[in-house]
Amino acid sequence: MARFSPRSPLSDTAGVLPPLGRRSMLKGLLATAGVAALPGLAACGSGGSGGSTDTVTFGSNYSDAVPKGAVQSVMDAFTKAQNLKVTVNTKDHNTYQEQITNYLQGRPDDVFCWFAGYRMQYFAGQGLASDLSDVWTDIGANFSAAQKEASTGADGKQYFVPFYYYPWAVFYRPSIWQQRGYEVPRTFDELVALAGRMKSDGLIPIAVGQKDGWPQMATLDYINLRTNGYEFHMNLMRGKEDWQGAKVRAVFENWRRLLPYYQENALGRTWQEASDSLEKGEAGMMVIGNQVLEKTKGQLDDLDFFAFPEIDPAHGVDTVEAPIDGFMLSRKPGNPDGAKKLLRFLGGAEAPVLYTKANPSVIATNAQADTSGYNKLQRKYIDFVGQAKHLTQFLDRDTDPRFASDAATNGINAFLNNPNDIDSVLKGLADQAKTIFTG
Amino acid sequence: MAVLDQPPATAPATADTAAPGQRWPGRGRRRATSLSRADQLVLGLMLGVPTVLHVALVWLPTLASVVLSFSEWNGIGGIEDIQWVGLDNYVDIVSRYPRFWPAVQHNLVWLFFLLVLPTAFGLLLAVLLDRKLRFGRFYQTSFYLPMVLSLALVGFIWQMMYQPDNGLINNLIGRAEANQINWLGNPDLNLYAVLVAAGWRHAGYVMLLFLAGLKAVDPALKEAAALDGANAWQAFWRVVFPVLKPVNIVVLVVTVIEALRAFDIVYVINKGRNGLELVSVLITDNVIGESSRIGWGSALAVILLIISLGFIITYLFQVFRREERA
Repeated sequence: MARFSPRSPLSDTAGVLPPLGRRSMLKGLLATAGVAALPGLAACGSGGSGGSTDTVTFGSNYSDAVPKGAVQSVMDAFTKAQNLKVTVNTKDHNTYQEQITNYLQGRPDDVFCWFAGYRMQYFAGQGLASDLSDVWTDIGANFSAAQKEASTGADGKQYFVPFYYYPWAVFYRPSIWQQRGYEVPRTFDELVALAGRMKSDGLIPIAVGQKDGWPQMATLDYINLRTNGYEFHMNLMRGKEDWQGAKVRAVFENWRRLLPYYQENALGRTWQEASDSLEKGEAGMMVIGNQVLEKTKGQLDDLDFFAFPEIDPAHGVDTVEAPIDGFMLSRKPGNPDGAKKLLRFLGGAEAPVLYTKANPSVIATNAQADTSGYNKLQRKYIDFVGQAKHLTQFLDRDTDPRFASDAATNGINAFLNNPNDIDSVLKGLADQAKTIFTG
Repeated sequence: MAVLDQPPATAPATADTAAPGQRWPGRGRRRATSLSRADQLVLGLMLGVPTVLHVALVWLPTLASVVLSFSEWNGIGGIEDIQWVGLDNYVDIVSRYPRFWPAVQHNLVWLFFLLVLPTAFGLLLAVLLDRKLRFGRFYQTSFYLPMVLSLALVGFIWQMMYQPDNGLINNLIGRAEANQINWLGNPDLNLYAVLVAAGWRHAGYVMLLFLAGLKAVDPALKEAAALDGANAWQAFWRVVFPVLKPVNIVVLVVTVIEALRAFDIVYVINKGRNGLELVSVLITDNVIGESSRIGWGSALAVILLIISLGFIITYLFQVFRREERA
């Protein structure tokens, strides 16, 4: 049977069969059959992966050709250095994410790829990942305090080894700005004023592609971070603040000031199409991550970025939205010693260099990593992120996935469609937050 | 099952049926009423295997999702980690979930649309093709062709037609350069744009069903009607259409199912957001993937099940009652 693909269970039997995975289905079956005495079927699948001491297994979501090759080159270097074989088990990026809950409960690989922030803490909190504090005593010097914060679980232990990040900022084309005499805005008021000038100059001030539902989360994050600061933002993401409160309302009121300058039909356009209009010079600027570097390879000389401008001077621009990808250790690794060796290697100075050489669109998190091969923007990123007091991981990585994938995505879309109805958007978000963050 | 549970009651019965077989060996075995051991085995397997499969693959999962809909569970851990929350999921879905009512509304619009336009159009096509036109086979095949495609593929094809800059439709009506119509991005418009695509596929299906029905109608009926002075219109609506009743039921049930299970076409277009919400999309969003709100998603699935059963049972009930009266 096909495994858990989003389409197969539903298209044939919607409404009759609940679309559950095999495991959950089985559990459900047993529950209804009254076999309640089984102490958790999950235990059956957790025999680890063999327990051999000369091999480490590695679960990878680096499924595109370039990252996949880059990972392989890192693993080859590790095998050479430590004389330990690595079995790489690669799954399609999206499938990996969709199956992660089942994967971690079944027979996960020793080391697996995942994201920092709440998404890491969630699985750590469920006991599906192992403590890496001892690895961190060795690799800690390579990382900043903000990166360590992003790798730490709710219990204060580290569960995550950062590898690289892709920071978000406001991108623009310097040649066009010079020609028109625009200056980089330092405050939100300046940003709004600049957008107004662009509009009267016949440019699309802000390129927006929200078709996939997530790119605008960065704008919400940034406006909240600049208006209310890091602490409030993180508490809001964890369901400890009220979405209907005055502070969140202020965020949406600020955001609404930008909307007249948004590209039309934002919800019908992908971020790639939006960045096309930036590249062509039709649009003045765009809030986007460094995936735009990979896309605009030919034009990197005429591309630059600045931090999302300040709103409240008390917070300045102290936080950068820089999602980190990295690695975790599964709960019962077959080869724990080998796995930790691999994690130390991945957290060391050599691995990220090998990786960024093979895949030059990302920036290594490791402070010791050699950056001589970086392009101009990658170098600028290092300072940009290095100066940040806090790093956030992007809304969908900083909050409960149940909240992000549905409530937040659709709340943002509803707001973009109907900016004058902030009340009902916030009520929807608050109501859903209440049903999700019950703990 | 019941028989096995009550051995004392069945014991005499077996003795009775075995008795004639002993008296006339050879002949008794071939009698249709008393089954040989081999026949019983074959019959048991032929009934039993499908029954077991049906119960295990349809009824138990359905019941399981009904049971799980009263729970809150993130898919992690065993049965002991499931929290039972009673009707909370249902209450929250109808009162606090902003996407729920739009999704129900879109499903109903979908159903109404499919029932009216593509069904009527399919019936019209079927009637025309039944008149043995020249190239009738060719038309028949080409109208049915979209049905061979999956709805997801239909979604891809129509996305190209609806594309604002380069799409066929905007270019044909001269709105590609200025005043673009964003067919799929405009939340007030996109549901209908998608319905046209879905209807394009559904009409061919309905046509084929009606055509099969029309071919089975005895031509003598039409002749008799003509002799009685009925014109073509009256002959069709008063004589032919009522004879098609079994086909009508099939078409209705198929349409209801198509409308309520619609999913793939909106999912490939924009993941069922921004005006294209459907209940099936909400189920997927909540159950599949990292979010794993198994209880919440199951509650949505149960709601969809009730809606679909509601339609079908009501209709079948009426049909059967009318038949009994007749």
